[in-house]
Formats: sequence, structure tokens, C-alpha cells
Amino acid sequence: MPAGGWISRRAFIATATSGLLVAFRVGPGRAADPAPVGAAADFIPNAFIRISRNNAVTIFVNKSEMGQGIYTSLPMLIAEELEVDLKRVKVVAAPVDIAYAHPQFGMQFTGGSQSIASEWERLRKAGATAREMLLTAAAQTWGVDRASLRAENGRVIGPGGRIATYGQLVDKARTVPVPTDVPLKDPSQFKIIGKATRRLDSREKVTGAAMFGIDARVPGMLVAVVARPPVFGGTVRRVDPAAAQAVSGVKQVVQVPSGVAVVADSFWSAKKGRDVLQVEWDEGPGAAIDTDALEVEYDRLARTPGAPAYRRGDAAAALPSAAQRVSARFDMPYLAHAPMEPLNCLVSIGPDRCEIWTGTQFQTVDRANAARAAGLRPEQVEIHTMFLGGGFGRRATPTSDFIVEAVHVARAAGAPVKTIWTREDDIHGGYYRPMWHSAISAGLDYTGWPTAWMHTIVGQSIAEGTPFAAAMVKNGVDRTSVEGASDLAYEVPNVTVDLHSPASPVPVLWWRSVGHTHTGFVVESFIDELARAAGQDPYAFRRGLLAEHPRHLGVLDLAAQKAGWGSPLPPGRARGMAVHASFGSWCAQIAEVSIEGNAIRVHRVVCAVDCGRAINPETIRAQMEGGVVFGLSAALYGQITLKQGRVQQNNFHDYPVLRMSSMPVIEVHIVPSTAPPSGIGEPGTPLMAAALGNALFSLTGQRVRSLPLVRHGFESA
Amino acid sequence: MTRINVNGRWLEVTADPDKPLLWVLREDLQLTGTKFGCGMALCGACTVHLDGTATRSCVTPLSAVQGRRVTTIEGLARGGRLHPVQEAWIEQDVPQCGYCQSGQVMTAAGLLAVQKHPTDADIDAAMSGNICRCGTYQRIRAAVKQAAARMPKAG
Repeated sequence: MPAGGWISRRAFIATATSGLLVAFRVGPGRAADPAPVGAAADFIPNAFIRISRNNAVTIFVNKSEMGQGIYTSLPMLIAEELEVDLKRVKVVAAPVDIAYAHPQFGMQFTGGSQSIASEWERLRKAGATAREMLLTAAAQTWGVDRASLRAENGRVIGPGGRIATYGQLVDKARTVPVPTDVPLKDPSQFKIIGKATRRLDSREKVTGAAMFGIDARVPGMLVAVVARPPVFGGTVRRVDPAAAQAVSGVKQVVQVPSGVAVVADSFWSAKKGRDVLQVEWDEGPGAAIDTDALEVEYDRLARTPGAPAYRRGDAAAALPSAAQRVSARFDMPYLAHAPMEPLNCLVSIGPDRCEIWTGTQFQTVDRANAARAAGLRPEQVEIHTMFLGGGFGRRATPTSDFIVEAVHVARAAGAPVKTIWTREDDIHGGYYRPMWHSAISAGLDYTGWPTAWMHTIVGQSIAEGTPFAAAMVKNGVDRTSVEGASDLAYEVPNVTVDLHSPASPVPVLWWRSVGHTHTGFVVESFIDELARAAGQDPYAFRRGLLAEHPRHLGVLDLAAQKAGWGSPLPPGRARGMAVHASFGSWCAQIAEVSIEGNAIRVHRVVCAVDCGRAINPETIRAQMEGGVVFGLSAALYGQITLKQGRVQQNNFHDYPVLRMSSMPVIEVHIVPSTAPPSGIGEPGTPLMAAALGNALFSLTGQRVRSLPLVRHGFESA
Repeated sequence: MTRINVNGRWLEVTADPDKPLLWVLREDLQLTGTKFGCGMALCGACTVHLDGTATRSCVTPLSAVQGRRVTTIEGLARGGRLHPVQEAWIEQDVPQCGYCQSGQVMTAAGLLAVQKHPTDADIDAAMSGNICRCGTYQRIRAAVKQAAARMPKAG
């Protein structure tokens, strides 16, 4: 038995069939939780469930909780079939194991708005399997027909008023063979799924008890703050550690591949040490990066044909003969994720073992990268997934940058070290949403119907140069660069979409809703322009072009109805709309906006979403609210710019995000559906910039074709 | 040596006087509910009560706290009973990632201590120093109002 309690699929099967001890390490990441007493006697039917003699039900969640409510909605799937009270379930973070990998992608991660969609079948089956084994155990114990029993609220109820709690059945259930095919409930029988359910983690999050990565602690731990190059791709030329070492509390100054770490007895000492640390850098070609020049370069590139990403009909032939032509160019900046919890990672490393405490979305990749940095095998690396103080994609890096760096620091320091980033380190640290440029032209016939659509996209590939390129980049097209554009739903007969993917030393990464962040803005702004060019109402124009897309129409009509599209507004207010499909879901948003001087106020946002069957409507509403705010922050203020290779923004004063005083009223309406559940974490984000821009056009007659709005002299009321 | 009262207990702290209260709480006293977000009093994640007033602990040096009373998120509940703000936060399902919520709760509790029935404008003014990247502001607003309605009448 490995000391850390590895849970392999084999161990689970062995446990379930022969009652072998599995020493779990539990606790959503509490650093020093011991293995629970009585584990030997527990009933562990699969990797997700453990039931103890004292009736405790523990659910191992294989997805990271970063705000999206997954520590509530995944347990709901299990509790529904297991027939237990959700409030009495204990939720813990799963360790890294193949048993917890995404069923199709074969890796353990949280992203792509995939969690519910990918676990919907598997976790209900996990719950049903345990329930069936408990029923069989009761039937054997009582010597009665299995069909005469039912499971309810953590108990099996039999004929003649016989009742056994799950805890009482644990010993017998351990000897029951694991069934391979279990019946799942008919949705009409659901008691938990579909009910608006409060989060299970709120209490610990409002009492300060929730443990995030930055809160982890082990005995003898030191804290590091790392000096990183001032430009991307820079390297250390020379270090003079004397001034840093003279700071009280500083223990060591160590060089690591990403820079120079000041290791101290506390964050404050380490930061003071770094403030005075003398490093000379070789800046390299990254020092030439200038985002103003890059915009010019992207504009030039967009005038040349790129790699073909999508084609239907012959747009090049149809465009010149159109009765009316409309063209536009769009620019969008680099964006930082800026999660509220700055990046951090605690590493404790020994000769044959490495333990990591951090908030990550990317366990399988991180374990492999950490093992390489530690000179160990992946099985020798254990990751304790803590609560994530926001993720938004930043904690899913193919390079595992903040984890690999922390492994190097701990290895060099020869002690357990928690590496903590400052906010400035986070804003300067790269892995941004790429800068994007779009050049788009369309032709309309004499009735105003679009007949041709040509769209050229310019921006860095996220997948290129990573292990994901093989799966995600085909014929020079990273599918995440063109998603939302290459699947254009509007019924235009002739469409081409092509792509330029210039390389740059600026590291880029998926950022909540990934490619849709730019394509949603471009397509939904441009379709609004076409509606005006056609002399039609933007809602009616969209409806006409989406006639064959019932789920687009469903959200569009619901939003329009709830927002009172077309009804009078107070003077000085206008509405703007957008509709966009992403991550398997459909979303429409209508913003009510006014402007006074240069100050924009978004009064109200009506959001309609179709994400298939609603598992937890409360979470869906919360995620749509959050998606609107995230999109609004980016539309109003979000930009990372570089001059002479240096990032110009530093902290929340010059990388502002939405605050309470600018918060609109957000109404969320969910389209009832029995389709399989799909994404909610990201689909609410891509629409807001377009809905806002379209409303501003109604107010001012000016089109917003580059973001953020502060570039155009606007501010937020 | 600095003498401070944290959550009702007097303590002697040996950290450097220039060390921010935030890091004294988190590292020296192991009270990690108070969060680091920006280090510049821009985001409010580090909010505690200093002699009853909401204060950004990330820019408050230990030396400024000598002889004063600090209440952190861990000390807001009294006698096992959650503060009305904490209860309202749970009932309105406010937290998402939760990282900023210690600071949000402390700012809201500080507001209600001086303003029993805040208007929307009062709430905006008090809460706009606290950033939530998950976008929970609408629920925060509702929760502040709910808590205001349930605050004990006396005291």
C-alpha cells in the first residue's frame, strides 16, 4: 500500500470484491487529513463512492471546484441514483488516477464546460451500481426476493417493515459482485436532478474554512516569490543575490529555469527579498514585441489568404455579384484571466516522492510535467486538488507553468516550498487570451438576404507547440481559433473562413469560452451590421436566417419575449442582442444600455440558455450571471498591451474588472429540455460584447469594432 | 513584539512591524480565511474589521494595529451562530469560487454595523471596493438586503 493511498482502478475492483484495505487520503485538499478510521470496513463499489458503517457517504469528485458549482452538481447525479440525502454527503477531491479521466479524452481535467456532459451517464451509473449492490446485500441478509426491496434516503426497505441503513449493509455489500449493467431511473422519477439546489460548499466559503491552494501548509514549509524575465522568452544573465539575502527572513536565492526564486520564512520576507534582488536579463527577441505594431501586422496578414478553415458554396465568386457589399475589420486585445486567487503551488519533494497542493484544472498533464521536473515517475507524484480561487482556463496550462516552476524551486531549495505569485506576477505572466483580428465581408442580394460571407481570422494558435496540437490542429487550422465562425449557423449559401496563426513569444491560453470570445463578438456584431444594411430589425433578420436552427430560435425568442424586444424604452436607452452557440449549448442575450457623456451604463441583461436537461437550475443561473459579468469586464476594460516587450498593465487599477457599482440586473431564463445536458461554464461569456456594441450603435450610430470600449474614450458609469 | 486582539483574544506577535496584517494573520496566526488578492487595497479580498471598521489588511502594517481589536472572517460567527450576513450569503447561494467572499462578507457586515437599512446606492458605495471575478454581485446585493432585514434590532 503506497503511503499516500493511491486509488487505482485495480485497487477499487480488488476492494469491492475482496474487501482489501484502501487507505484514502481525503479532504478537499486539507494538507494533513489522516486516512479515515474504519476504511477497511467501508463499502467502495467504485472510484466515486465510499459508504461507511456509520452511514457516512463520501463522494469523490473528479472535477475541480473553481466556482462552477461542480462539488454540488456532480454529487447530485450520484445521490439521485444512490437514494441518499444530498445534504448528508461528504464531498472530497479525487486524487489523480485514470479512473477519474474524461471518458473520451483519457485525461483528468476540468474545462471545456465538459463536466456535466461527460459525467452525466457515468456518475448516475456509479450511484445506481452502489444502490443495486446494497439492495442485493439486503436481499441476501434477509433471505427475501430482491424485487420486494426498495432504496430510499440511505436505507433499504423490505417487506414486513424491515429496514436496514446503508451502513448496516456495508459488510455484506462488500461481498456482492459488482454488476455490469444497472438500471437508471426514468427522468420522471428524478427527485434531485432538475431541482434548484443550493451549493454544498457555501458554508465553508463564508466562514473562511474553505482551503484554497494558497492556504495549504506543511511542517517546515518555506515560501518563495520568483523574479521572472521582464519580457517573454528572456533568460537570466547574471544574479547578485547579496541584497536579497540580506533581507530578514530570506533563506536562499535559487535559480530555476523560469527565473530566480527568493525563498524565505514567509511571503512578506520573500517579496521584500525579490524587490531588492539584482538580476541582469538576456531579453532576446521578445523585447521587440509591441501590440500596436502587431495590430498593423495582423491587419496586413488578413489581406492575404490564410489556411482554409471552412467552405460552403463559392463565396469568392458570389461576393462580387452581390447587390450590396458590407465589410468590416475587428481587433481584440490579449486578455489576462486574473483569477482572484493569485497562482500558487506548494511542493514537498523527496528522493522518490513528490506531493503537490494546488488549485489546478489539469491533473493528468500536471502530474506528468511535475514528474519530469522532479526526475520522478508520474506515479510518484501526488496532487492534492484544493479549491480554486477562480480558474477561467489559467489553471489548465499544457506546460503546467506554475506547478513545474514550484517543483524546481522546492527541488533547488531542498525543502517544502510554497511558491506564491503576486497580482503583478499574474498580470505580467502571460498565458493570455490571444490577440485577434478579423476581416469580414458579406454580400446581400436585392432582398437583403446574405449570399456570400468571407471571414479571415488572424491570431496565435493556443494548441500549436503543445501536446494538444496533434488532436486540435488540422491542416494549419487550430479549431479553437475558428470555433463560432467556422460553424456559422446563419443560412448564407456561400461561406469561407480562413485563418492565419502567427507565432509569438507571448504565451497564449484558453480563456473562458476560448475562440468564441472573439468569434462571438465578430459574428454577432457583423450580423447586426448586415441587418441594418438590409433595412431589417436585428431580431427579425436573425430569425429569418436561423429558420433551420430550432435551438438558436428557442433561446432567441425566449430572450426577445422576456426582454420585451421592440417595446418602448425610457428615453436614452437602447437594446442590443446577440445569439451564439458554444460548448454544446445555446445562449441569447439582450442588453439594455444608456450613455451619458462617455459613461456607458448597462441597466439590464436578459439571458436565455438552452443547455439540455437542467441538472441544477440554480447553478445554471449563477453561471450565466458570471458569464455575463466576465464578458462585460472584457468588453468595457479588458486589455493587455505590450511595449518593448513589457506588459503595460500591473494590477486591478490598470487591468480593471467590473465592480458592484456597474453591475446590471441580470435575468436568466432556461429553456426546458430533455436533451442530454451540455455546457454552462462558458456559453454565457461570448455574447456580451456584441450585445453591448449593438446597443451602442442604436444609441450613437457608431459601430464598435475593436475592444475594449475604453479604447474609444468610453468609461463605465 | 506587538500586542493585538484577534477575534477576542489578546496575542503577542513577533513579526516585523512593517509586515502587513494580512500576512500576520495568514502566516503567523494561521488564520487563512482572510485572502490575498492584489496587495494594494484594490480588490478587498483581505478585508477585516479593525476596531469594528472594515479595513484592507494587505496595506495595514502590524505596527498600526498595536493594542487594537481585529475581527477576521473566522471570528464573525458568535457562539456557534453565523452572522446574519453569512446566513444570507448561504441562502442567496452567493459564492462561486468563494475566494473573494471572506472580504465581501466582512465589508457587508461592516456596512450593516453602521447602516441598518442601506439603499442600493449605499450598497454600491460600500461594496464597490470588493472585486468578484466570478460575477456574484447581483446575489451579494440581494444578500445584503436580506441580512439587513434580519439584523438583530438591538445592539
